[in-house]
Amino acid sequence: MIALLIRDMKLAMRAGGGFGLGLSFFLIVTVLVPFGVGPESALLAKIAPGVLWLGALLACLLSLDRIFALDWEDGSLDLLATSPLPMEGVVTVKALAHWVTTGLPLCLASPLFGLLLSLPSEGYQWLVVSLVLGTPALSVVGTFGAALTVGLKRGGLLLSLLVLPLYVPTLIFGAEVARRGDEGLANTTPLLMLAGITAGTIALLPFASALVLRVNLR
Amino acid sequence: MTLTVQDLTISRGGIPVLEGLNFTLEPGRALVLRGPNGVGKTTLLRTVAGLQLPIEGKVVCGSEEIAYAAHSDGLKGTLTVAENLHFWADIFGTKGIGNALNGFDLNALADRPAGALSAGQKRRLGLARLLVTGRPIWILDEPTVSLDTASVAMFADNVRAHLASGGSTLIATHIDLGLDADVLDVGPFRAKPRSGTGGFDGLDESFL
Repeated sequence: MIALLIRDMKLAMRAGGGFGLGLSFFLIVTVLVPFGVGPESALLAKIAPGVLWLGALLACLLSLDRIFALDWEDGSLDLLATSPLPMEGVVTVKALAHWVTTGLPLCLASPLFGLLLSLPSEGYQWLVVSLVLGTPALSVVGTFGAALTVGLKRGGLLLSLLVLPLYVPTLIFGAEVARRGDEGLANTTPLLMLAGITAGTIALLPFASALVLRVNLR
Repeated sequence: MTLTVQDLTISRGGIPVLEGLNFTLEPGRALVLRGPNGVGKTTLLRTVAGLQLPIEGKVVCGSEEIAYAAHSDGLKGTLTVAENLHFWADIFGTKGIGNALNGFDLNALADRPAGALSAGQKRRLGLARLLVTGRPIWILDEPTVSLDTASVAMFADNVRAHLASGGSTLIATHIDLGLDADVLDVGPFRAKPRSGTGGFDGLDESFL
């Protein structure tokens, strides 16, 4: 399974792997928002947590259809299905590789992007904490969506429509953690909800993803 | 190690294509499947490999004994030949790719990205993957597509070595590999149209 993780990371880093795609999209969103809503820092500071969370979520969405589509096209998915790896393991590793190449860079870069939106200094730690807790759920749910739509030509639209409603709880609680942290309010409850959603998706969804993938390969 | 297929009926896209298939593949033997395009050879191989469920009947063989090679080779263009083989060796838990590189004469290409190979070289790399799986039963779907005469001979040598070491192989192919193999023509096993599937006679490949 480690071999699969290493291969997916290598593929993401090499030419055409799309490693920087999510990150540059995130950067574009945060740079363009002040142009759109005006340079007033009080207003920007108020909307910063929401905008950053929204940017992270959409950046994540951008690379979802690559999770299985490339392996499907070149036939490696069939070969992986006949390999000793359990399908549940394959989808878990795929989700992990997606998070490491998309979610993790977003978490690490988010303080810098917070600066561009004049996020108040109290907000940085909570922004990073909420993204670290929330983005794994985005990758796991996204892997489920990618497994559902694998093999469809131009499945990206359907994938977005399927996955976006499932992203809403994570977005609500993630942005709430960041906003409350920002304003110095107690945010334990949304933090626990966010962590609970992530833990639940990681525990349950790989089984669903493996099942739909097996059905889709038939 | 023995692969047994009993009363197998398989379908593609919900329509039965082959029915009543029975055969046994003993260790050290090769079985060549023949039949016209669209008759269901690939579907049969996918079913035997466990990628698809049969409608009726069963495939009896130990788990984790089958190595499957499809039309597409499952190669990553940005990884080198050696990296591609190392990846599959790690996945199947075997050590060393030297054997596979030698078997398909890929040593000179080991450091080249797979995307820069010709179609025949890619095919050789895809077939070399079989050697790193370490599995006894090879299921091969048109393995000689885009191979030249010398490479076909090289492939046949590898199959013979595999059979000599107690492995077995099930091949769908249209050319003569010069193997001492049993031949199964799947044509006579075409599924009869069932009630509810419409009243066409025989196989119409445009419907499948």
